[in-house]
Amino acid sequence: MERHEYDVVVIGAGGAGLRAAIEARQQGKRTAIICKSLFGKAHTVMAEGGAAAAMGNVNSDDNWMVHFRDTMRGGKFLNNWRMAELHAKEAPDRVWELEAWGALFDRTKDGKISQRNFGGHEYPRLAHVGDRTGLEMIRTLQQRVVALQQEDFAVHGDYEAYIKVFAECTVTRLLKDDGAISGAFAYWRETGKFIVFDAPAVVLATGGIGKSYVVTSNSWEYTGDGHALALLAGAQLINMEFIQFHPTGMVWPPSVRGILVTESVRGDGGVLRNSLGERFMFNYVPDVFKDKYATSEEEGDRWYTDQANNRRPPELLPRDEVARAINAEVKAGRGSPQGGVFLDVSSRLPAAEIIKRLPSMHHQFKELADVDITKEPMQVGPTCHYIMGGVEVDADTGAASVPGLFAAGEVSGGMHGSNRLGGNSLSDLLVFGRRAGAGASQYVDGLTRRPAVTGVEEAMAEAVAPLERGGGENPYELHHELQRTMNELVGIIRKAGEVGDALDVVEKLKERAHNTASTGGKIYNPGWHLALDLRNMLLVSECVAKAALIREESRGGHTRDDYPGMSPDWRRKLLVCSAPPDGSEVTVVEKEQPSMRDDLITLFDRGELSKYVTEDELAEYDAALAAKKRES
Amino acid sequence: MGYKAKFRVWRGEGGDGKLEDFTVEVNEGEVVLDVIHRLQATQAPDLAVRWNCKAGKCGSCSMEINGKPRLGCMTRMSTFEEADTITVTPMRTFPVIKDLVCDVSFNYQKAREIPSFTPPADVRPGEYRMQQIDVERSQEFRKCIECFMCNNVCHVIRDHEENKTNFAGPRFLMRIAELDMHPYDVADRKDAAQEEHGLGYCNITKCCTEVCPEHIKITDNALIPMKERVVDRKYDPLVWLGNKIFRR
Repeated sequence: MERHEYDVVVIGAGGAGLRAAIEARQQGKRTAIICKSLFGKAHTVMAEGGAAAAMGNVNSDDNWMVHFRDTMRGGKFLNNWRMAELHAKEAPDRVWELEAWGALFDRTKDGKISQRNFGGHEYPRLAHVGDRTGLEMIRTLQQRVVALQQEDFAVHGDYEAYIKVFAECTVTRLLKDDGAISGAFAYWRETGKFIVFDAPAVVLATGGIGKSYVVTSNSWEYTGDGHALALLAGAQLINMEFIQFHPTGMVWPPSVRGILVTESVRGDGGVLRNSLGERFMFNYVPDVFKDKYATSEEEGDRWYTDQANNRRPPELLPRDEVARAINAEVKAGRGSPQGGVFLDVSSRLPAAEIIKRLPSMHHQFKELADVDITKEPMQVGPTCHYIMGGVEVDADTGAASVPGLFAAGEVSGGMHGSNRLGGNSLSDLLVFGRRAGAGASQYVDGLTRRPAVTGVEEAMAEAVAPLERGGGENPYELHHELQRTMNELVGIIRKAGEVGDALDVVEKLKERAHNTASTGGKIYNPGWHLALDLRNMLLVSECVAKAALIREESRGGHTRDDYPGMSPDWRRKLLVCSAPPDGSEVTVVEKEQPSMRDDLITLFDRGELSKYVTEDELAEYDAALAAKKRES
Repeated sequence: MGYKAKFRVWRGEGGDGKLEDFTVEVNEGEVVLDVIHRLQATQAPDLAVRWNCKAGKCGSCSMEINGKPRLGCMTRMSTFEEADTITVTPMRTFPVIKDLVCDVSFNYQKAREIPSFTPPADVRPGEYRMQQIDVERSQEFRKCIECFMCNNVCHVIRDHEENKTNFAGPRFLMRIAELDMHPYDVADRKDAAQEEHGLGYCNITKCCTEVCPEHIKITDNALIPMKERVVDRKYDPLVWLGNKIFRR
């Protein structure tokens, strides 16, 4: 069997994985990057709007503290505050670094990186390239990897001496030795041959879980692999009940339903209207945000040119609020003909400006829906976009509870709390990708011996099983049933009974998934690949549904019809998922969220905090504030 | 609204294979990739096809549809008549692994042979100052989604395996132009473009520009200007001819 030795193995080649691998290689570690697709195709390419970083290029009042506050508010204060702090502080350096590696962001008049408005961000903050920022980021990181390979070639005569990409290669199991990570087991998609990585540190950067839903903006790779690999290796997942339904996905034609319509449309002036022509978002500003958003269309419109004296339009509320509002309008019978609402930029900007600022949206609607967005409104509705939940990690190093296991990006949990702000994902990938790469490197430096690879036989038997069964379930059918179930029963609005029904279905599908059969051989066989991915999708779906059933409140990306309010008691609780190595059953336990550090909590007004936290925490706040005053 | 379409799809591994006929359901608004997926789910579970985003942003599902290089996800079924037989084959320039999936490693090798972005040593991150108008030229080329259809269609290598060693293809000649036009790149790329990466092989037939799903003007904006930059040092009859014909 093919076998390789590395210091650090990074699973996933999106923004987080590439940044982690670059860091590990820069720290002198022999690094492997394993990805399911070709190099440069990861889901990060689909990110449109930009990377949030408080550089203050457009509004000099911006700084890390404002960004930190916006992030915590967006996540309804459930965020891991240390992660939110590191993210806000380090994002500018990570963006500038990309520029030194060749990225070409759009510019301000004085030649700096331009920044655009986005939902939940107080100031224009998103570094961007039109509406194809993710592509720019992935290409820059890809080209940085190549640059490092060229350096290695100059010294060692081998491009792959220190960093090698294993493309179209899928990891099915993490390998362990005495409780610590010792490697990974994978197969080549192209040949079906197995491959063992012998490595003391693994960084998971596998992205999200959207392919458990029918209507999603996610690509086929988003089958929750890293979430499941971590669970099966004994690590914990947190916040799995929180899934972001992006408010604006395409709704027509049916085959493109769910494909993303960037928030930049609203950031650049686009408005949402119902079938009566009303800008309905003014009716959906929640109490916690009342004083931060415009109350009239005139004020909202003035804000685009004068932010100092006006409040932002409610179209730019955090994504969870906008998604729920669209859902409510459609349910109330005020939707568009094809079951969404209208998103109009045609009456707001000149056609040339739309094409300049939103080129890929213009292209996407023209090619796929015969709609010219410079002349008519788009029809949009919520789509499964991002999971806030993921591997519970140490904020500073990305380390999971299993020694040698690290995670960064969407597969990790905590940073975004119950709802992620647009633009905070691309910067998250860079900040925590780098930290996880550094964390893994330091971990390897501290080892006294290399752990031994074990469990290869079992992993191989599991992987080959669907091909060896003579007959059985069709993996495509099981996948469709899972997607329908999650979409209908654990979607944007949840009820205890429905989530319970979903769990029953998932349980039955897990049984049936043990009996999938894939026809054909091992060479590039998508039916076989899907049969193996199903294990992961089912496991993460079980986590999502179980946690959703337990959390009896509504917050961010978790809305319970039977518990519509937000509860300060629940804010202190994290739901932690774990599973045995065979994945037979997910267990969920409650864990208390640690209190925010004094210097961070005092960045907020008492009035605002009182909407979120318990009386006990308010008392802690008062004490912290008093101490701060005594010091100054 | 739905109808049954006739599809002929290349099936096979390595060098061997043949076109197989299928009759498959098509619904309103669907694209060719949707139909390929329906074939997988209902008739040919091991049919190999690459795809990721299904939104024209990743450049994975490059294939030849009725002989034309296209992204499967951006080719709407409504562009065909219901009676048409739609023939889907893998890209011709690269070796077939299985069905519609090719070995595109040629492209990754070429990418590695082009010296990376080389900024001046004394500019630190955060200090870069560039005007929008100066970044726009290279930005156009950075829209490239690496579908490799330009390299697939380029006649220099499409039917001339022997040219592959000495020719980077439109994608990577454009990458050289992109770096050469980057306001902060200090490397001299002109001689290498001509001598190592085969810029001179390009005789500006614009096939690459025609198939580009991002509508990048590869020939006019990248390859011809690059030829002009080279011509300062070398005489290239095609640049002379190009200037006559296209009057830039």
